[in-house]
Amino acid sequence: MKKTTLLVIAACVLLMLVLPQFLKNYGIYLLTYWLIFIIATMGLNLTVGYAGQKSLGHAAFLGIGAYTVAILMKAGFSFWIGLPAAAAICFCVGIILGFPALRVQTIYLAFATLGFNTAIWLVMRNEEWLTGGTFGINNIARPSLLGFSLEKNLPYYYLTLGVAVVMAMLLLGLLRSPWGKAFTALRDNPIRAESLGVGTRSYTLLSFAIGAAYAGIAGGLLACQVQFIEPSQFTVGVSIMMYLMVVVGGPGYFLGPVLGALVGVIAPEWLRDVPKAAEWYLPIFGAAVVLMMIWLPDGLLSLPDRIKAKRQAREASAARAAVGQTANLGAKS
Amino acid sequence: MSTNHGRSPVLKVSNLKKAYGAIQAVGGVSFEVMPGEIFGVIGPNGSGKTTLFNSILGQIKPDDGTIALNGKDVTHAGPLELNRLGVGRTFQTLQVFGKMTVRDNLIVAAQEHSGSMFSRIFAPGDSGLGDKADALIKQFRIEHVADLKAGTLSYGQQKLVDIAMAFMSAPDLVLLDEPCAGVNPSLVGGISNLLKELNRNPVMAKKTSFVVIEHNMDFVMDLCHRIMVMVEGQVMAIGTPAEIRGNKQVLDAYLGS
Repeated sequence: MKKTTLLVIAACVLLMLVLPQFLKNYGIYLLTYWLIFIIATMGLNLTVGYAGQKSLGHAAFLGIGAYTVAILMKAGFSFWIGLPAAAAICFCVGIILGFPALRVQTIYLAFATLGFNTAIWLVMRNEEWLTGGTFGINNIARPSLLGFSLEKNLPYYYLTLGVAVVMAMLLLGLLRSPWGKAFTALRDNPIRAESLGVGTRSYTLLSFAIGAAYAGIAGGLLACQVQFIEPSQFTVGVSIMMYLMVVVGGPGYFLGPVLGALVGVIAPEWLRDVPKAAEWYLPIFGAAVVLMMIWLPDGLLSLPDRIKAKRQAREASAARAAVGQTANLGAKS
Repeated sequence: MSTNHGRSPVLKVSNLKKAYGAIQAVGGVSFEVMPGEIFGVIGPNGSGKTTLFNSILGQIKPDDGTIALNGKDVTHAGPLELNRLGVGRTFQTLQVFGKMTVRDNLIVAAQEHSGSMFSRIFAPGDSGLGDKADALIKQFRIEHVADLKAGTLSYGQQKLVDIAMAFMSAPDLVLLDEPCAGVNPSLVGGISNLLKELNRNPVMAKKTSFVVIEHNMDFVMDLCHRIMVMVEGQVMAIGTPAEIRGNKQVLDAYLGS
């Protein structure tokens, strides 16, 4: 991991600590929402961006996390039991979803995960005894921490920020460990990876499971933030949107989800108050993604790398030209 | 080879058979590779060399016959298990991890060989393999590109990275599938010297045996201790380069006069 990345992370966290002081209630609510989607897409970035497993079922895990926390809290359990439970359940279900990935890849895997998302959505909608069906679960309480209530938007924002920072640090540690290299190897060339002793089966399953656990935690935080959950928050459309967030930000770039979620979650909300902009947001976003896939297929954060590569190529060709010139001069004299 | 007396083979292939429908790609091939030996496999296109390779490496299941590695039966072992048992390989086409640096390519090539998977979460990023990787990078003379992403290198440089990766985990046996394919002639000699160097005095201080498939005859004759000629899935001859060159049957069928 580059030093600049760490500096950017530190600057971001500092900014996020101070920012709410200048915002009204709704602004704080929106920032919290952004953080939640950063956590969820960080997990998806591991699955898709680092390990190369095309998953279009991430919203299912967001939903499983949200329902786990909501149901457990309604049953009288603490949020602090609910949140780890959400992560653990998503981890296990994530392993199960990983199994198709051992057999199929690319677009076929995407279809398989899409089917999984639909199945989970149907369970949320139809199993009324557990999930409340289309009415969902409402009046979900916000937690307290060490006797300190997180009921208000500002303290809940700081809780979410804290969780996001911890999750980011854990992911950073994981990616810097040999596991990070193994995931990248799996993405770049699974057959070669296996021939070098990399257990591609285990790493494939783990990339799904860990990514899912991140979505589970994000879902748990979402349930308590919105305080009302229903199946339509976790449809295939949401999965596709999260996938786009990863792609727009830059798959395989650590800070990609921060940027992706900004574009995917915050931008449409801001534009809602601008006359006409709300109607135009999706067509413009769609067109922007199309153009980006043509000119910047590795996402917004690949831009600095690309500029650097161009500069290096220029310098190299200048150096070659210089060598050529001296050679010519040598031949003449 | 005179040094083989009293030693058991690293690789022993016995009566290996593989058919695709009516075509007998490999029809009962047997040979042994001794410790430290460079064993060449030559033959015209379609003679079954790659099928033989893929069977040994667990990519395809042979119909019949056995494969033993250091006396252990590995006929049904997969690529992962074979690698953990000490078999490295290169592929006919380039197979590097394009978005990782050259150094990381080498590190990931050996990191899974020690400790448990769980312990590796807490291991340092280079798994303590940084020095080993740097030594190989130096030996392959690719220091100047060590920190570049492998996918940005020239074909020849990527080929060198590809070969170096196979040696990172100190294997007993390395199978090289056309190491000179697509490489410009000036680099062929370099690869040959590198392989001889690795065979004589590997960085890992261990005798490594090679099996090499290659179409470049000068390269094979210069590098290999023994050569096996395959024609239509059968072994036509096994012998030293001099013996193979002097074998009339081989000259007629493959080498030409």
